[in-house]
Amino acid sequence: MTLDELKPGTRCVMTDLTTGGALGQRLMDLGFYPGAEIEIVRNAPLVDPVELHLDGYHVSIRHNEAKHIEVEG
Amino acid sequence: MGSKHLLVALAGQPNCGKSTVFNMLTGARQHVANYPGVTVEKKTGAFSMGETRVELVDLPGTYSLTSYSLEERVARDFLLGDNPGVVIDVADASNLKRNLYLTLQLLEMEVPTVLNLNMMDVADRRGQTVDMVKLEEMLGIPVVPTIAKQGKGREGLQQAIERVLADNDGNHLKVDYGKMEPYIDALQGLLAEDPVLSVQYPVRWFAIKLLEGDSEAETLLMKTHPDAERVMEKVRGSRERFHEDAGNAAERHIAFTRHGLCARICKAVVAMPEERRRNLSDMADKYVCHRVFGPIILVAILLVLYQISIVFGGWLAQKVWPVWGSLETFASDVLPQAGFMTDPLLRALGEWVVKSTTAILNYLPIFLLLFSLIAILEDSGYMPRMAFILDRLFRRFGLHGQSTLPMILGGVYVGGCAIPGVMATKAIPDERARLATILIIPMMNCLAKVPLYLILIGAYFADVGGLAMFFIATVTLFMALPIAKLLSMTVLKKRESAPFIMEMPPYHLPTVSGILRRALERIWLFMKKIITVVAAVATVVFVLINFPGLPEKRQAHYEQQRDKAVKAFVQEVEKTQYAGQIGTNQVLEVILFNEALKQAKVGVKDKEKSAAINSEFEARNLVYYAVVKRVGADGKKLNKALRKVIKVRKKIRREIRAERFESSFLGTMGRALEPVTQWAGFNWRINIALLSAFAAKENSAATLGSIYGIDDSGQSVQESMKAGEAGFTPLHALALMLFMALYPPCVPTSIMVRHQSNSTKWMLFSIGYQTFLGLFVASLVFTGGSLLGLTGFQAMWAFYGLCVAATLIMAMIPTPEEKAAKSLAANESY
Repeated sequence: MTLDELKPGTRCVMTDLTTGGALGQRLMDLGFYPGAEIEIVRNAPLVDPVELHLDGYHVSIRHNEAKHIEVEG
Repeated sequence: MGSKHLLVALAGQPNCGKSTVFNMLTGARQHVANYPGVTVEKKTGAFSMGETRVELVDLPGTYSLTSYSLEERVARDFLLGDNPGVVIDVADASNLKRNLYLTLQLLEMEVPTVLNLNMMDVADRRGQTVDMVKLEEMLGIPVVPTIAKQGKGREGLQQAIERVLADNDGNHLKVDYGKMEPYIDALQGLLAEDPVLSVQYPVRWFAIKLLEGDSEAETLLMKTHPDAERVMEKVRGSRERFHEDAGNAAERHIAFTRHGLCARICKAVVAMPEERRRNLSDMADKYVCHRVFGPIILVAILLVLYQISIVFGGWLAQKVWPVWGSLETFASDVLPQAGFMTDPLLRALGEWVVKSTTAILNYLPIFLLLFSLIAILEDSGYMPRMAFILDRLFRRFGLHGQSTLPMILGGVYVGGCAIPGVMATKAIPDERARLATILIIPMMNCLAKVPLYLILIGAYFADVGGLAMFFIATVTLFMALPIAKLLSMTVLKKRESAPFIMEMPPYHLPTVSGILRRALERIWLFMKKIITVVAAVATVVFVLINFPGLPEKRQAHYEQQRDKAVKAFVQEVEKTQYAGQIGTNQVLEVILFNEALKQAKVGVKDKEKSAAINSEFEARNLVYYAVVKRVGADGKKLNKALRKVIKVRKKIRREIRAERFESSFLGTMGRALEPVTQWAGFNWRINIALLSAFAAKENSAATLGSIYGIDDSGQSVQESMKAGEAGFTPLHALALMLFMALYPPCVPTSIMVRHQSNSTKWMLFSIGYQTFLGLFVASLVFTGGSLLGLTGFQAMWAFYGLCVAATLIMAMIPTPEEKAAKSLAANESY
């Protein structure tokens, strides 16, 4: 399951990151790593991007980017 | 022991309150500049610690220290190249886990580090407690709690700096990379062979960076290591083997290991409350980011911003104007006296430069309000929310959620200024979107374009003024958006596009001192940059519009007219009791006396004061006073004659000015351009006005004023323009308005574009493409409208429809990222 498939209000734990390069590095630097706890907070008024609660802070990413984050409920 | 110097760097992730810590330590002594060669701001300050004078450098806020972003490279280069004695790592105490990720990387760089847990009050409010002693023990470096906002913890930080200086045994925490350690060891051995590199850089850090695949580290290696190729071979081999061994790419293993360690440390030292409490920020976000309320709140905030800065600021600017006006009066008092036909060069140039400068200074109140409001938006944490709400919309046009603010500043509706707009693009992390934003900002309706709009609307769309204003105020956005998309699909295609990933920090209540400090800092930067340039450019423009000057024949023609008028006046004088008291050479003095008296009375309503001024002038020259103030029968008579001379003088001056304009370098250019601009309906007079606007847009209105001669007939510019351009129709006016909307950035803005894009090429591109586009649009509207037989008003809305349609079509075209995502999805479904 990837992060972009989840609905606001759900919680999950990250299992894997399926991208490298600048995007991968940036995701890792902001705290996306296997084991991180993620809660989907809300979608933006125009659906994209999505706001997440990640290990104690809020971050928003685009659905395109969330696609690269594998999670499990 | 004499005084010592110590260089201290302030590092930290964004939103950890780093700048408040900086302010707490340095107070008012700060200096803002840029890091050499890049557009990243460098703030330095100083404070004394006993005998030691400490220089504090604020590094850009970064989440990590890779070489992917400019800020991270700048911070890293400073840490390695400038060798600070101590690094203070500011961390958000309420968000320790993520902040430690940077701490671990700093420790790896072997710089003496102090960890500063800032915003302790926020952590307290959230019910989190941090075991400082244990944290210090685990990291092996001093840990200091602060609440910088309230100035708490300053001494503690200074003591910690001394502590880490006295006792830096390098005995701090080292990240254990597990399976990767043998690879690091092997590489370290190889690197240590290079005597230069191993002294200058921490070897373990270098080895880890190479394994991480860090491009900057590789470049550095290639430059310094004698046998770089062999080392790189080894690095590549190690990365491959490690990937096979561990089943994970090296850079991911490194990042994940660090995060794992951060999580372990946090678990050991931070006591979290049982249940995560919904804090105030979360509750506010429920509405601020809400599907319906979010956009409404956004529009409301932007409206307030507009009302305060532009509407109220405009009013304030009017109130402050007398200050700048008196500057102009002062200049004209100090400069050599005016002549009858023309003024001495020094006076003409001096007045011109002062006027050009005061025209910009006039915007100061607006800028101060604008910059303060932006600082409030930034400090409160609303900015990321704005980007969150609008990102989807802007991304469709190759822009970024954070393009909103620069566009507002540039003047999305009416009134703004491209200079702060372009300045504000600094915050956009996506290079492609940032450049696209920089390139469309000058298309917004800056305040200086408004006078020309008002003249044209007043003259040609008076009956539908409101609608015409609405048209020009909003059509710019519908032109800018499709063009932004076009640019990002063509010239900007190859530019780096960064991922969006953006932190949404909790809301903060901004402090007055913080806001003022930032607003004044920016105003100062703006003044320094702009005023000097404006003065220089004004001089150039002055030369362009005044030289080569009148041919002798014309000069003689005007002199003849002058002599005739003066002679008539003197003859009149001879018939009165003042005979012999005003000669040919004194006529100008009487005229200037008259002007000086008028000037002295400006704004004087008090009768006593007025009388005092009168008697002062009377004392200066009784005869002149009698003429000017119509004293006695002879005074009345001569006053009538004087008016005639004044009228002639004004006429001569106006005609000379217009004629000189025509034959000037700029006039020649205007004429030379006529064959091209005729399709847009511009004659050479309009061309001159448009050319002069390049220095500053308000010049267009002023130049039209001088061409059509505003200062004497008592007519407004629109009236004299209508009278002066008999063949002009509303369609001409529409084409001219649209050209002005798309007008290339003025000189100060061009300089800002160069500064922010860090390239002269982009500045020239910005100037060139907008000129071309402006001519194209104006020609399309004028020639197209003429061919179809449309009135100005009809052409206006036809064009509006065209722009809206272009916007919609451009929005439909998928971005490269979307295309990639779609093809990915298509592949998966097979």
